[in-house]
Amino acid sequence: MSAFLSIRNLSLVLKGGPRLLRSVSLDVEAGEVRGLVGESGAGKSMIGKAVLGILPRSVEVVEGEIWLDEVDLLKLRPSERRRKIGATAALIPQDPLTALNPSRRVGPQVTDRLVDILGWKRADAQARALELLAEVHIPDPARVMRSYPHELSGGMRQRVLIASAFAAEPKLIVADEPTTALDVTVQKQILHLIARMQARHGTALLFVTHDLGVVSKVCGSLAVLYGGLVVEQSPVRDFFRQPAHAYSRALLAATPKYTDPMAGLNPVPEAVITAVQAEVAQADASWRNGGWRHD
Amino acid sequence: MILRRLLSRLATTLVTLLGVSVIVFVTIRVVPGNPIAMMLPPGATEADIDRLRALYGFDRSIMEQYFIWLWGVVQGDFGTSIQSRQPVLRLVLNRLPATLELSIMALVIAVVIGGFLALTGTRLRGTRTEGAIDVTSGMALSVPDFLWGLVLILLFGVLWPVFHISGRISPQLTSEFTTNFFLFESVVRLRFDLWRDLVSHMFMPALALAIPLAAIISQLLKQSLKETMHLDYVTLSRTKGYGENHVIIREALPNAVLPTLTLVGVQFTFLIGGTVIIERLFSYEGLGNMAIDAVINRDLPLIQGIVILFAVLFTVVNLFVDMLYAVLNPRLRHA
Repeated sequence: MSAFLSIRNLSLVLKGGPRLLRSVSLDVEAGEVRGLVGESGAGKSMIGKAVLGILPRSVEVVEGEIWLDEVDLLKLRPSERRRKIGATAALIPQDPLTALNPSRRVGPQVTDRLVDILGWKRADAQARALELLAEVHIPDPARVMRSYPHELSGGMRQRVLIASAFAAEPKLIVADEPTTALDVTVQKQILHLIARMQARHGTALLFVTHDLGVVSKVCGSLAVLYGGLVVEQSPVRDFFRQPAHAYSRALLAATPKYTDPMAGLNPVPEAVITAVQAEVAQADASWRNGGWRHD
Repeated sequence: MILRRLLSRLATTLVTLLGVSVIVFVTIRVVPGNPIAMMLPPGATEADIDRLRALYGFDRSIMEQYFIWLWGVVQGDFGTSIQSRQPVLRLVLNRLPATLELSIMALVIAVVIGGFLALTGTRLRGTRTEGAIDVTSGMALSVPDFLWGLVLILLFGVLWPVFHISGRISPQLTSEFTTNFFLFESVVRLRFDLWRDLVSHMFMPALALAIPLAAIISQLLKQSLKETMHLDYVTLSRTKGYGENHVIIREALPNAVLPTLTLVGVQFTFLIGGTVIIERLFSYEGLGNMAIDAVINRDLPLIQGIVILFAVLFTVVNLFVDMLYAVLNPRLRHA
């Protein structure tokens, strides 16, 4: 396995229900920015959650491997898995308003992983946090460290969370719709910030989003999901020039173009949906014949 | 700002206490039962009765009596007990420490048991253990404290006699103390022999009072912990590499404890009310036991004094909870 993150044949089920991910395979090279695109419910967030070990209790891994930094996470004991993930990966969450603990000061929430998991000295972690907060353009970082989350604006909190994610120099960051919950004016700044931080630190980034516009700005390559099935993986340049899959083409056509207000909305055509659903059903059929039985 | 809030709180409290005093004063004079008749031997003359009525002021109208009493209270005089002929204030303050120690011990037991069950239930959510905790606390809650008292007496006083079933302390030890805060004093003076004797008396009544409250804490805290466990900052903490115990205690608990705290404050006042019957059951010499005697003897000044003191206690507890809430919730600290 040369890729830093390598997901092999990963299938998830909702306990007693249908598959949420259908034998997904996906590689993220070190330093690469990979977009995960799809409608809501396509399973793009589930991939990020599986990688970070935070799947809901109702979701079960039924097959597959998740290789992170040469280790198959799914073969580790739960406590080892958490430590491995905590030491090599990080999350930039979707909603900055709920992702910081309201009863803890901001500083310890940035430094806790450095001290408790990575064994840094408290003073070093403190200095590192100040440095990172300055790097994400937070004015007066020392004061912000002492604040409680409710004293900061949403954009400010997302900056804190980005600083916190990069603080431990992880090799992989999962950004789960990191701009969706923000004001449009702030969205662009945060997007630029993530891209700049990624470039400077050389971190691999798994960017989960439903917004193809965001993908075109930030990502080097992308995977398109439908119904838990990866229907296409391409470099971004090829994708926007010539999407390979019919569903991808429809998705691209459905993205509103702000430059042309007169253009109508183009929902994904019925025929394309039917075709891609058939593909999903086909994947399930061949999977069952492969020996796995749902009990 | 804090001072102003405190002052306005104090004003409300005074009005509340006035209201309470009016209700008590009128009620105990309107219900049947005559304190004078209880004091006199059979065969007392009409003149004797009138003289005694005049002595205690019962010949005046209720309103007059009330203002005489209130004027005394303002000067720190709560009247004289009809039964024991001693100042009400001294009687009541002598008994207060016993009831306070019992209530606080019960509260501590309830918080420890309830907190432990809530944390365990959250850690093992979805397992049989959680189910067992739910069933146990449901049962604990549906049986009132005095019945728990009887059950405990049966278990640990009769079948397996490990605790004392009556009194506050072995009588010969009473002279060892200089204050009435026996438990507190025994700890401060490091007299653990006395402490052990006190606890072996107090444990069962305290536990009986604590069981229903422990059940409430367990259920409510577990519920809010489980809700908190779904929040994003808890998930984020998991991705940092922390184990479940750490996540529950450091991330979820400080936030989940807030709604529980408010309820525990309210419930604690009920618990103090519950001491009346529990103290009777265990012959524990506290305020509650004294209150029952006072009611039986129609000792009107004493009843008034005890009720006012209970009302003061309730307000103090509420005030304390409000302040604690403000301290624990950073969002209120600057408001």
